Amino acid sequence: MRPALSLRLKQSSVLPGFGVTLGYTLLYLGLLVLLPLGALVVKASGIGIAGIAATATEPRVAAALKTSFGISLLAAGVASLFGLLTAWVLSRYDFPGRKLIDAIVDLPFALPTAVAGIALAALYAPNGWVGSLLEPLGLKVAYTPLGIFIALVFIGLPFAVRTVQPLIAEIEGELEEASATLGASRWRTLWSILLPPLLPGVLTGFALAFARAVGEYGSVIFIAGNLPYVSEIAPLLIVIKLSEYDYTGATVIATIMLAISFSVLLLINLLQAWSRRRFGHV
Amino acid sequence: MSDLSAALVLTDSPQQSVVTESKLIRRLAISIALVFLLLFLVLPLVVVFVEAFRRGLAGFLAAFQEADALAAIQLTLTVAAIAVPANLVFGLAASWAIAKFEFKGKSLLITLIDLPFSVSPVVSGLIYLLLFGAQGLFGPWLMAHGIKIAFALPGIVLATIFVTFPFVARQLIPLMQEQGTAEEEAALTLGASGWRTFLTVTLPNIKWGLLYGVLLCNARAMGEFGAVSVVSGHIRGLTNTIPLHVEILYNEYNFVAAFAVASLLASLALVTLALKSFLEWRHGADLAGGTHR
Amino acid sequence: MQGNVLYVAGVKKHSPLRSLLPAIGLAVIGCSGLLTLSSAASAQTQLLNVSYDPTRELYREVNQAFADDWKAKTGETVSIRTSHGGSGAQARTVIDGIDADVVTLGIPSDIDAIAKATKKIPADWRSKLPNNALPYTSTVVFLVRKGNPKDIKDWDDLVKPGVQVITPNPKTSAGGRWNFLAAWGYAQTKDGSGDKAKEFVTALYKNVPVLDTGARGSTVTFAQRGLGDVLPAWENEAFLVLDEFGRDKFEIVVPTLSILAEPPVALVAGNVDGKGTRKVAEAFLSFLYTDKAQAIFAKHHYRPSKAEAAKPEDLAVLPNLKLFTIESLQGNWDDIQKNNFDSGGLFDQISKR
Repeated sequence: MRPALSLRLKQSSVLPGFGVTLGYTLLYLGLLVLLPLGALVVKASGIGIAGIAATATEPRVAAALKTSFGISLLAAGVASLFGLLTAWVLSRYDFPGRKLIDAIVDLPFALPTAVAGIALAALYAPNGWVGSLLEPLGLKVAYTPLGIFIALVFIGLPFAVRTVQPLIAEIEGELEEASATLGASRWRTLWSILLPPLLPGVLTGFALAFARAVGEYGSVIFIAGNLPYVSEIAPLLIVIKLSEYDYTGATVIATIMLAISFSVLLLINLLQAWSRRRFGHV
Repeated sequence: MSDLSAALVLTDSPQQSVVTESKLIRRLAISIALVFLLLFLVLPLVVVFVEAFRRGLAGFLAAFQEADALAAIQLTLTVAAIAVPANLVFGLAASWAIAKFEFKGKSLLITLIDLPFSVSPVVSGLIYLLLFGAQGLFGPWLMAHGIKIAFALPGIVLATIFVTFPFVARQLIPLMQEQGTAEEEAALTLGASGWRTFLTVTLPNIKWGLLYGVLLCNARAMGEFGAVSVVSGHIRGLTNTIPLHVEILYNEYNFVAAFAVASLLASLALVTLALKSFLEWRHGADLAGGTHR
Repeated sequence: MQGNVLYVAGVKKHSPLRSLLPAIGLAVIGCSGLLTLSSAASAQTQLLNVSYDPTRELYREVNQAFADDWKAKTGETVSIRTSHGGSGAQARTVIDGIDADVVTLGIPSDIDAIAKATKKIPADWRSKLPNNALPYTSTVVFLVRKGNPKDIKDWDDLVKPGVQVITPNPKTSAGGRWNFLAAWGYAQTKDGSGDKAKEFVTALYKNVPVLDTGARGSTVTFAQRGLGDVLPAWENEAFLVLDEFGRDKFEIVVPTLSILAEPPVALVAGNVDGKGTRKVAEAFLSFLYTDKAQAIFAKHHYRPSKAEAAKPEDLAVLPNLKLFTIESLQGNWDDIQKNNFDSGGLFDQISKR
């Protein structure tokens, strides 16, 4: 492997276009992503650290951030759990309609969030198909934090499934057979042989689902009650602050959310690097 | 439930018995997964179409006879027609630079390309407002020169480009990395120009991955709600995209029309999924590296 | 596969500056493309009316009537675009630069906000048009479910435990602000003390499970989604629900006292001159005071400023009730906005938990 690589190394300078493509990449990235995000950070930092802290700890802002993060964590967790099960069922078992189900897993990714929002609201409202069944049980979903949870599980599911699926496919049968031959029960094999290599995938899926859920807007606003301190999410509070002419408040919340998105991305990169070192695959 | 359990006929191969779960567990796992997916994925999709046809075909079609609906469809197509090619060109440039060459700070660059993916849509809209709104950085200058960006097509296009930024690049980078540079080098050695090498060697190698990326990029571009909602200004017939039009109809008690227009987007999602599955099934090997991020 | 960390050779040859040049060229082309897009204007005269939430159905008809009228008078074709949303949110988009020719908002303080932030509207906008720039007024009434199961008769019933009230966010919605001020004014008039009034609105907002950003969102929550027991609403919005959802599902309850809601209109002077639409925009605003437009207001259950222009049967459905103006209780609009709704105001105080 090494000699072949070093051979390529010498020749790689032959390929043209590095300057133009990298230059264009940096310029496009700079103008469309970094400049606008920079403007946000500059605008927010205009009021100083103390000002940012004061806005972030405003009871209503703190409550919205708590709602967004708390429910997103919970939803990403549930999505990961069911994502793992779904990925396992789809890769390991054969049943009629498996291909169709496999294709539909990506629906939340392809379905516009506003459509998902009105559909979920129609389903889970007290007079909706599912909501009317739950209502007699005293369970209210739409317009409560539970509604936000449902929407966020919906949004996060494809990430949870798709990060684990390829890892399940890569598991080598010999390991399981060896484990079984050595007398381990199926549960034990699952728990100590099969699960550990899937862990990076599950964690990456969790992080992606979480990152997406924290920022989600369209599918949530139709089904959340949007009640301050209870079911108001941080992105909605940004919109409300904007509507109230409170630009500083809006930019501060946006900056906090941006910092968190960036941290989650870094975490995902670290996770993948760790998994590469530990298990030799992405 | 009865047809569901009928669907659970499992194929049992004897030598698998040590490396799989008991029949009962398998059935249980499949049932739980299916019920979960049915509740979370299939029902929302079904409800869109059922509500859309609540007043029959005529009620459904009426939603598309309104001038505002047609303007929204036209706007969404225009926005996608600009945003998707823009990100396509960027994706090709970025993946060429990143996959075929080595330089410092590459992983930071990749992280930055990924960033828009995890930024909240609302924030994605807000940042352009901070730049181009009347109270924003360039707003006063733009106003003075009569250039409209916020609350007009350019603002909507910019916000859409932002939210769909990583899709093509992220699909192509691992694919191009995997393919290496040997074929291109051979073509160049044989005297082909750089541009010709790209067109005749690289492009055929990545075409399915490219198509896959464009497909996902387009689905998001046409369906984006939050970011566009912040910069659009909601002028009906002018700056309302299809998803925003859905919201407006919904808020006008026109639920049948809202779901009818929504069903258009849901159909787009279904077509996207079908094409995506087809690409994975037919050209799975040529998409390598792209199935997981 | 990850081994390509090793190829470094090709990089150093390129001077970064030279490599950026073609990229800058491409970017310039891209930018000019965007600019071309932005300046593509249509030949037809277009007016943009930025309005508040419940006027969607109203302006659809008014716009058409004006366009017909203008065509008949001048032979020119004018098309009027409208944008709807919570009144405060709409004012904010004007402040942020949407090129509205006219604003028709839900509450005077929203036009004041535009005037202050942008100077595009003169501070004395109220005096530019007849009747304090109010082509019509309205009030707040209650919408309840058929049969009035919670037996709601007046504002006092809204603060009772177990009654759920659906009302929009006063920070973003004009309807939400009128509801808040109406409740406050009722308590103030009844008990004669500001502290009692504060207690009253505190208790009322404890009964609110959902705060939507606009009046329309609240109506959808109440009427379509079946949440809550009572919807204090714009009178016109309450009638619209009866028309849209059926009189067999909802009924209107008229309180003993309510507020005179004043949704004003104004010319965005700073925009029309640049766009060359001043003449037609002014004509549009004057048109709102014509008999034709006044009759349309009454038809949509608004209270026309010229009652004699409306059809008697349209006026007959509007209930007769005692109305107070908030200015008579709280002074000028600067103070009303600041004391109640700005950051740290009464609404913020009572919604802290």
